Amino acid sequence: MVLMSELPKIEIKTGPGGGRMAGGAAAKRMKFSIDDLHAWYGSHEVLRDITLDIGEKKVTAVIGPSGCGKSTFIRTLNRMHETIRGAGQSGKVLLDGENIFDKSVDPVLLRRRVGMVFQKPNPFPAMSIRDNVVAGLRLTGLLKNFQADTIAEKALKQAALWNEVKDHMNKPGGSLSGGQQQRLCIARSLAVNPEVLLMDEPCSALDPIATAKIEELIRQLREEYTIIIVTHNMQQAARVSDKTAFFLTGDLVEYDITEKLFTKPSDKRTEDYITGKFG
Amino acid sequence: MTLQTRNISGETEPDPSKPTAGGRKFHHKAGSFAEHIIVWFMFACSILSIFITVGIVGVLIFETISFFREVTFAQFFLDTRWTPLFSSKHFGIWPLIAGTLLTTSIAIAVALPFGLLSAIYLSEFAASNVRRAVKPLLEILAGIPTIVYGYFALILVTPFLQKIIPDLSGFNALSAGLVMGVMIIPMISSLSEDAIYAVPESLKEGAYALGSHKLPSIFQVVLPTARSGIAAATTLAISRAIGETMIVTIAAGQQAKLTFDPRVPIETMTAYIVQISLGETPAGTLEFKTIFVVGFSLFCMTLIMNILGQKLAKRHIGTTE
Amino acid sequence: MIRINPKISEKLFVALCVTVIALPLILLIVLIGDVAIKASERISWHFLTSFPSMKAEEAGIYSALVGSFYIIVLTGAVSLPVGVGAAIYLEEYAKKNLLTNLIEINIANLAGVPSIIYGLLGLGIFVHMLNLGRSLLAGGLTLALLVLPIVIMASREALRTVPPSLREASLALGATRWETIRQVVLPMAIPGILTGSILSISRAIGETAPLIPVGAVAYMAFLPDSLRDPFTVLPIQIFNWVSRPQEEFTLNAAAGIAVLLVVLLTINAGAIVLRDRYQKRTR
Repeated sequence: MVLMSELPKIEIKTGPGGGRMAGGAAAKRMKFSIDDLHAWYGSHEVLRDITLDIGEKKVTAVIGPSGCGKSTFIRTLNRMHETIRGAGQSGKVLLDGENIFDKSVDPVLLRRRVGMVFQKPNPFPAMSIRDNVVAGLRLTGLLKNFQADTIAEKALKQAALWNEVKDHMNKPGGSLSGGQQQRLCIARSLAVNPEVLLMDEPCSALDPIATAKIEELIRQLREEYTIIIVTHNMQQAARVSDKTAFFLTGDLVEYDITEKLFTKPSDKRTEDYITGKFG
Repeated sequence: MTLQTRNISGETEPDPSKPTAGGRKFHHKAGSFAEHIIVWFMFACSILSIFITVGIVGVLIFETISFFREVTFAQFFLDTRWTPLFSSKHFGIWPLIAGTLLTTSIAIAVALPFGLLSAIYLSEFAASNVRRAVKPLLEILAGIPTIVYGYFALILVTPFLQKIIPDLSGFNALSAGLVMGVMIIPMISSLSEDAIYAVPESLKEGAYALGSHKLPSIFQVVLPTARSGIAAATTLAISRAIGETMIVTIAAGQQAKLTFDPRVPIETMTAYIVQISLGETPAGTLEFKTIFVVGFSLFCMTLIMNILGQKLAKRHIGTTE
Repeated sequence: MIRINPKISEKLFVALCVTVIALPLILLIVLIGDVAIKASERISWHFLTSFPSMKAEEAGIYSALVGSFYIIVLTGAVSLPVGVGAAIYLEEYAKKNLLTNLIEINIANLAGVPSIIYGLLGLGIFVHMLNLGRSLLAGGLTLALLVLPIVIMASREALRTVPPSLREASLALGATRWETIRQVVLPMAIPGILTGSILSISRAIGETAPLIPVGAVAYMAFLPDSLRDPFTVLPIQIFNWVSRPQEEFTLNAAAGIAVLLVVLLTINAGAIVLRDRYQKRTR
């Protein structure tokens, strides 16, 4: 049986001099160091001068009113933002000390270290549940056929979905309920063995019970993964995160330990937002 | 733009003793007599389509029944020779069906890969100005009359192929099949493109977010999700190829033969109908009725394919399979 | 299994796709080129105005040209009113009931019936049952039935481009349904209907198969005088020449094809120009 941690750690650089990741065991405290990040769609600037550090194996919440740039922000972290026509970014985002925007970095390989779960669950309808879970490995050519069942089981257990689907592994991915589909997508992302999990409003399409299950899941996953979760639900941010970042019209207004940000915010705008004066 | 309005009565003050203001009635159906006639005419035009189908089925079945009064089912379905015009008459349908299937298979063998790759390229790789230029060009392929394709197959393709395949006969299934395939490419390409376009963007994003490159996402996610639409396109293309007449009549030959060798002359169901229609066979004879029997078989085959194709086009993957 | 660099395999794949798209188009150019070269040896005023003959150099396309013209006029005269009428009924009046469903399924299926079958229909009904014989009339009616489904579908598409709000506004003013159609819907939809119909009917110009069982003859040394006369059309004449073993007739076939393609191109281009003109006016 192959343990997921035995799967090769993926180099994100291609070409000569692709850097060995320094000090794997002595983990850097800061998973992401973001410096002066700007992002735009065409001529419309969406993020301005964002600078912050994201802690490793912590849950960081990103909150703010609609249109503040929070989704754009996490989409720059796995370089999905630039896949949209006319979209671009500048600045530095260091993942374990290496700038992900460097020319030698292959975005495809980056995404194998930084996974993403979307707002609306998107399991692949033409695949069974089992195939959905291991899809990431099969798409990247890393799957050996005899591993599929083991990897799927482990990922589904991590995503707290195993017991519900273990007798239905051959059913199509779209046959589950909304909450189950989202956990399936989480399992699918985890099967690739990423270090970071980006979650873009993962519960906004789900009912409260499914939401609670996923929040519980996030608390468990924190022990192995760095999680960044965008949410428009402030109570959710307060429940699951260690630190919270508040964005407003493209600026990072405040970034602090969650408890402090929600009880004694430093910025008046933060206070206005969390007390419901706008947004 | 003026609209006719109902005549308002000349009174300026509505009479309170009358139930309706201005004396207008709205109890009789509005519209003149002429309008009713027009609507009935249009209704008749719509119903006509049903009568056309009834006509087709009626004509074919009538002669088919008449045919089977003289020829047994065993002769039709079990004989492997089709020689209604020879002195020793055989009425086994299989040589004609084999001819049709042979040319159709060759056509699909060309059109499916070419059409599918075109669809993938146009929807996933091509820049929009390339798409806008190429799509009409492919449509032109579909708009060329089949008689022109027939000329092409006989006069250009066969001599060319004869240089590569020495024992290729002057009339053969290969040339006709290849040219038919070219004609059908736009059908498969455009319907497959629609199917691929209908795959939600969120699925492609999901694949990229897992660290997938473009080709694996196309072949493992997009195409499987679009497979019903692609199957529908192929089925309709098969139906088209089965029903094609001029290309095979001109280039494939008029010798009914039960074979799957693409190098020899054969005869398709459609070519046989042409052969008899152009010939001297008098109407009302058994030999003449054969064109209706063959026509009926052809009709059934294409009908099944069309129904299958429409069912496949309506299928949505993933939740009900 | 050897791992190929994914970027390289993507480039190879795109190269394959481009080749695959280019091949049929190149074949098309070769075909047109061959036709043009061969046709140039035969095309002349004499060719266009002579009747067929046993001698290739003297054979002309006159009777076929005139026959095609007559047949298209006949086909259009029948299929246009019937097709547009059916389209209007189905789009504007028909309720969603079993009968309407049946009609629509029928139309969709008829569009997929092989054209030779329409020839058999024409033979059974027009030639024999209605006793029209192997005549221009039988041929025109057969072709009209063939193109009817696509005329209906194209007209319905054009009618659908008229926004429902316009119909509602007209009805709210007290107009009847037919008045609404005649004065509001049709003026907006006519350009689309015309373009669609012209394109559908122009396909009939290139049709060979349905006219064969109905009796289009291959050798007509005179013009049809009445609807009951025998007839020939361009594609049938081309078919006849292609079927002759003598090589000189190949040139005739090519010339005939050239004429056919020019006619088709002109009609299609005309229809598209018409549509663009009208679209500019109603914007």
